[in-house]
Amino acid sequence: MSVPARILIAGATSAIAIEVARRFAAEGADLLLAGRDPAKLESVARDLRARGAASCQNVVADFSEPRSVDLIVGAAGPQIDAALLAWGTLPDQAAIEGDPDAIERALMVNAVSIVAMAAAIAPQISRGGCLAAIGSVAGDRGRRGNYVYGAAKAAIDVFMEGLRARLEPEGIRVLTIKPGWVDTPMTAAMKKNALFASPAAVGAAIHEGMKRRDGVIYAPGYWRWIMLVIRSMPGSLLRRLGI
Amino acid sequence: MARYESWGRYPRAGEQRTVRIDWRHEPPALDGLAPVLPRGMGRSYGDVCLNDGGTLLLTRGLSGMIELDRAAGLLTVEAGATLGEVLPVLLESGWILRAIPGTKHVTIGGCIANDVHGKDHEREGSFGCHVESMEILRSDRGLVRCSRDEETELFEATIGGLGLTGVILSATLRLRPISSQAVQARRQSFDGWNGFFDSLEAGADDDYSVSWIDASSRGIDPPRGFHLRGSHLPDGRGAGGSRALPAIPMPPVPMTRATIRLACAAYYALQSRRGVTEESFESFFFPLDRITGWNRAYGRRGFLQYQCVIPPAAGRAPVIEILRRIASSATGSPLTIAKRFGPRPSLGLLSFPVEGTTIASDLPASRENLSLLDDLDVIVRRAEGRVYPAKDARMSGENFRTFYPRAAEFQRFIDPRFSSSFWRRVME
Repeated sequence: MSVPARILIAGATSAIAIEVARRFAAEGADLLLAGRDPAKLESVARDLRARGAASCQNVVADFSEPRSVDLIVGAAGPQIDAALLAWGTLPDQAAIEGDPDAIERALMVNAVSIVAMAAAIAPQISRGGCLAAIGSVAGDRGRRGNYVYGAAKAAIDVFMEGLRARLEPEGIRVLTIKPGWVDTPMTAAMKKNALFASPAAVGAAIHEGMKRRDGVIYAPGYWRWIMLVIRSMPGSLLRRLGI
Repeated sequence: MARYESWGRYPRAGEQRTVRIDWRHEPPALDGLAPVLPRGMGRSYGDVCLNDGGTLLLTRGLSGMIELDRAAGLLTVEAGATLGEVLPVLLESGWILRAIPGTKHVTIGGCIANDVHGKDHEREGSFGCHVESMEILRSDRGLVRCSRDEETELFEATIGGLGLTGVILSATLRLRPISSQAVQARRQSFDGWNGFFDSLEAGADDDYSVSWIDASSRGIDPPRGFHLRGSHLPDGRGAGGSRALPAIPMPPVPMTRATIRLACAAYYALQSRRGVTEESFESFFFPLDRITGWNRAYGRRGFLQYQCVIPPAAGRAPVIEILRRIASSATGSPLTIAKRFGPRPSLGLLSFPVEGTTIASDLPASRENLSLLDDLDVIVRRAEGRVYPAKDARMSGENFRTFYPRAAEFQRFIDPRFSSSFWRRVME
């Protein structure tokens, strides 16, 4: 690991990514932020500088465009200590069901672009470093309410699992984070319940995971047990329960 | 986060729509949503954070720091950031906020809108005394920058303005340098009413001071309690400041006179024996934050907190009378504190702190206690004191307007689309 640690946060203006970045900033990290909206990126960067980031560089990139990969890989330079791929959208399942183009766009943003970025950035991660991507509990089972989003998150899960096997001999940890419901702008339209977690709680778990863990982590941790049950249910039961 | 209730869980509000604000440069559309009320952590006790039938404008997404000038001690921060998020960064840099209230789970915007005070009021005044400037978003004027020199009237109205003058997007605060994050705490029991008042009025040699008084028992005479003083350690040593203490869930305890008396006796016995200790910042300032969900101990009916201030001219008698009445209520109070407000004037038109003795007391919400508090209002009114809106769930409009004679003047600063359950209750 270099000192200060050099960290890429792609999708840096998401509420969860901001909380992760704040924790690296407090440790004096050198941060590279990528996101679509320059004004939001600058607002995040100012926050991170005030909190103690050694430096903070912004890359404006739209992840639905393939060239954003080159842009970010170029900005990252030859070596980084950790990368978090944190972008995503939550499509309205009912609204896109009959619209193949919309489904394609949703898979592009939530799966293809993440996978492409993970493959491209992997060679730049230093030994002992971590490549992390945000999956979702939604990727563990296909549910009527969000199977397009779920399919994209499942793709991330399987891809990262394979990449983990490939990079393990090189001493690089590959981490998939599966958050449950988080109270963020992405879920603004959803009715909240007791299982909703704060972005800060999820951000803290991801930061901790990126420093020490590999494999799959659920955030908050109680989702591990909920999903253990849900993953083991036969499809017929899942459908009957309407989960 | 699903339920939008106040900390006292009394009164309850019906349906409230919500709109988030996540970026200062992306104002939310408020068309068709009136009336709107900004809401941070919902830690005010009564109904200043409720907007029954209206819309809550959720500000927690605005949680970023904008600039921390470590040399000059100036922090510019978004208004939805909590003290718990900001303080660790400040403490690491050798600075602290002034007028820190009893919980870190409050937003900067909430601290300004309620012009909160801390254990340092005698020396430092209220939170608003340390605000240099603000960015306020109004439905009629858009973004307004205000400070002590610019848009001064709106600036002052917004301090203690109960969130009604527009939504505060960010604020610049003047910080205080500290020698250490750790605090030396000294507890001293007092004897009788004279001892109680003497310790309150002993002057502000320490950074922080507050008194705990046992108001759980009808036999309050002579009163039992202790005075807690604290000062930052001089030399940078001592317990880590921002270390999070393990949280303890509130145990389910029935709130009866017997359990409340027992709890107060145990608390007094433990605390008064501790004498002088060195404490981490967290344990000195936010002891109740360790007990998650303590407000739920009062059950479904919730609880009332009564906080009033009695000016020095009224003498000691009203303070004693109020404490006696609280102690002889149906259950007594599980938590009553007193402290001295210093002479530094608050800026806001509706700011609560004025020089004098303030009492804050928790009581279960019940018909008897509501009527008790009406009686206490009469005492406060006679003493020309006032009751704290941030804690209030029940004072009459007439009393509010007497306590806050500038309420009528304040009205012209209210954003035309903004209102709250509290404001409608006391002004309509």
